Amino acid sequence: MLKQITVTVNGTQHTAEVEPRLLLVHLIREVLNLTGTHIGCDTSSCGACTILLDGKSVKSCTLLAVQANGKSVTTIEGMIQDGQLHPLQEGFKENHALHCGFCTPGMILRATELLANNPNPTEEEIRWGISGNLCRCTGYNNIVKAIQYAGAKMRGEEPASTEPQFV
Amino acid sequence: MGHSMKRKEDARFIQGKGNYVDDIKLPGMLYMDIVRSPYAYAKIKNIDTEAALKVPGVLAVVTGRDLEKYNLHWMPTLMSDTQMVLPTDTVMYQAQEVAAVIATSRYAARDGREAVRVEYEPMKPVMDPYKSLLPDAPVLRPDKPGKTDNHIWHWEVGDKQKTEDVFSKAEVVVKQDMYIPRIHVASIETCGCVADYDKVNNHLTMYMTTQAPHAIRTVIALVAGHVGLTEEKIRVVSPDIGGGFGGKVPVYPGYVIAIAVSFLVGAPVKWIEDRSENLQADSFARDYHITAEMAGTKDGKILATRFKVLADHGYTDASANPSKFPTGLFSIGTGSYDYGASYMEADAVYTNKPPGGVAYRCSFRVTEAVHAIERITDRFALEVGKDPAELRMQNFIKKEDFPWKSPTGWTYDSGDYHAGLQKAMDAIDYAGLRKEQAEKRAKGELMGIGISTFTEIVGAGPSKDFDILGIKMFDSAEIRVHPTGKAIARFGTKSQGQGHETTYAQIIAEELGIPAEHIQVEEGDTDTAPYGLGTYASRSTPTAGAAAAMAARKLRDKARKIAAYLLEVSEADLEWEPGKFFVKGAPEKVKTIQEIVFAAYTNHPQGMEAGFEATHYYDPPNLTFPSGAYICVVDIDKETGSINVRRFVAIDDCGHIINPMIVQGQVHGGLTQGIAPAMYEELIYDEAGNILNGTLMDYLVPTAVESPSWETGHVVTPSPHHPIGAKGVGESPTVGAPPAIANAIVDALSPYGITHMDIPITPFKVWKALKEKGAI
Repeated sequence: MLKQITVTVNGTQHTAEVEPRLLLVHLIREVLNLTGTHIGCDTSSCGACTILLDGKSVKSCTLLAVQANGKSVTTIEGMIQDGQLHPLQEGFKENHALHCGFCTPGMILRATELLANNPNPTEEEIRWGISGNLCRCTGYNNIVKAIQYAGAKMRGEEPASTEPQFV
Repeated sequence: MGHSMKRKEDARFIQGKGNYVDDIKLPGMLYMDIVRSPYAYAKIKNIDTEAALKVPGVLAVVTGRDLEKYNLHWMPTLMSDTQMVLPTDTVMYQAQEVAAVIATSRYAARDGREAVRVEYEPMKPVMDPYKSLLPDAPVLRPDKPGKTDNHIWHWEVGDKQKTEDVFSKAEVVVKQDMYIPRIHVASIETCGCVADYDKVNNHLTMYMTTQAPHAIRTVIALVAGHVGLTEEKIRVVSPDIGGGFGGKVPVYPGYVIAIAVSFLVGAPVKWIEDRSENLQADSFARDYHITAEMAGTKDGKILATRFKVLADHGYTDASANPSKFPTGLFSIGTGSYDYGASYMEADAVYTNKPPGGVAYRCSFRVTEAVHAIERITDRFALEVGKDPAELRMQNFIKKEDFPWKSPTGWTYDSGDYHAGLQKAMDAIDYAGLRKEQAEKRAKGELMGIGISTFTEIVGAGPSKDFDILGIKMFDSAEIRVHPTGKAIARFGTKSQGQGHETTYAQIIAEELGIPAEHIQVEEGDTDTAPYGLGTYASRSTPTAGAAAAMAARKLRDKARKIAAYLLEVSEADLEWEPGKFFVKGAPEKVKTIQEIVFAAYTNHPQGMEAGFEATHYYDPPNLTFPSGAYICVVDIDKETGSINVRRFVAIDDCGHIINPMIVQGQVHGGLTQGIAPAMYEELIYDEAGNILNGTLMDYLVPTAVESPSWETGHVVTPSPHHPIGAKGVGESPTVGAPPAIANAIVDALSPYGITHMDIPITPFKVWKALKEKGAI
């Protein structure tokens, strides 16, 4: 039994006939072919599939597509606006906050909500704020820096130097 | 070089435009899911596929009996053992592949998997490697002719007699049993593939998560040549990879089944494993039971070491080591210290655990060796009553003694261990910390300082000793410069996040003077890239990075000839500076590399080959020996045992640094993968063979909260034998961090007579130890 849903994804309205059990992440990846949202686990632990649902960061492997009916989804593909990278996208690149890139979209989407709620977070607030997203490559130092960089930019301030600091 | 160029590869990753294997979607693609064993050791009585085949969308269920018809039910491992693709009679570990369901969608394949009924006759598994060697243990591999026990191999190195002599006369001998637990790489992307066999052209394209695409192509040809899939008919494509760490070196049964099914039905078949499958069935790392001994003098001079290892390999030896090195490079375990006697031996056994023995961001068992030497060194320091930093300074190999020959036969290329440790001590204020610690101890508070001063061994490796399945461990680079002076460079390695697209471009830029922005780097497609053994064991910069420099130098030689022709002078009259040749004493007579390259296509000297391309296969003359000095400070809450890593300073010597930003990023990441086994990660099995933490809910990968804010720095002693003096860095921190953390925790607890703790050191273990010692 298929169910018809309408979801706005990155500003474009999509209507699809889906099985009620279809996971939201599979709607995004396999029905809408937006493969920037990744799957890294089967227990809602890793956060690679994080998207924004009506502005709130959620793990799209933990929701059914039908739960997004009538709602608005933002994925990593929707972060670039008028050809301009989002400050978080820029911050991740400038601060070497990604290695393999697999966790990056989820991290960026999670950090988007983090900064929306708290425009000038402390390092500790950032670390707790992204603790639902696992990264196996970077050791997190530079992800923290990237989020601070984006925060500064979004507040209209000059971000800290992106040059690596050594002891 | 030495420039923190931002990474070229990032543009696609930050915009969600990476291309990972699960992003590949081909017309008519089928999906595969795998039925796995709930038992660690059981006979298969029956596999009932009837209900599964009735599930809408399910096309087939493949069992070991089906593969047996094509002689594809077993495959070789990298260590020349054998591994089941699918079992015909017996399952050997929990989560082993039992059957594969092929369907038209991911969901149908999963429905089919749930509908397959397998009847098992469970047997009592062998989970303890020591018990596996007892005479009454069941023989786990009766398929191997003449096998009457579970012993796989014995290995030894060093001078046994000399070592025994030193030990028997030594003033001080310390001995410590330690377990380096079974852990899992848990890259955030799991493993998977799309096998695409084209019946009309008899051609297989295999998109897969592999760190070594060329070696995989050869293995497929060796295994499937008899059904007509010869090597020119196979293309392996390793797309973007979401982390590897050694876990994407082996060939897993899922890959082989997908190829077999695609071959039989002529349609593409996708297999993507779940995280739980990944943790429970894919190759483990470590699992070494070590007895370490050190002999020395009362005033702290190290004289000899002795290590004995029992290696639990699971049901087959599927380690990812060079063929001649069953324990990998464990023999680096003599460490950074100047002494002349060491003897090491190891025995490997079969148990009913999953196979493996991969790196976990480590060069072939170096982490196990480094943990043993760095822990026993601290144990020795405690025994003779010396500060562990002072004892290390006393025993370090001196920088003027390089190249230094180790008692186990390695020739360390370069290092300055005294400078490294001194820099770390200055950065962290070692003297101040010891003072603070004394004050805290007087108040009964627990604070610990731990040191690890390790030597790594990477860049495998010289062809006289290093091969995998007979293929020598060289690596390669091919550079093609186009008429307009822009280049494409291809390599036999494969980045999984290390940033090769940037680093290799920077090496070529340095050697040839073409801006790195104008050099496109490609890896991972066996149809286009030159042959190489892939990326693991921190070998990419030591091997393929060297190949890039050598290929670029060939092109520079050609450029000199063309410049001489264009400027109408002899080659000897020309001088090079990055990007141009000019006439000595007449710098206005100059040809840029772009002008020279253009001439190579438009106006090349008669008799010279046209074009501007070069390939180099680099066979390293020696391995490289990165080192590090790490210091960790912990505070422990006595009542709860909770451990706070207050500071961690890592000083690395990875030789010449190409991109400081990327090197630092590698160190940060490696340190977090060092704290992981030190404090959080272990794959735990019960006696019945059940894995107790086979999901990411209970296998504790550190988050940003557990990971400290790392402080890093460098000393630089270039490798004298590497073309650009680089040594490799990706794994040093994972190797060096665990003993620094363990030493810090033991240091904190030492006032209560605690001299050792096995990793992962958890709050519960600490609390229990303090309780047992009457400290709380």
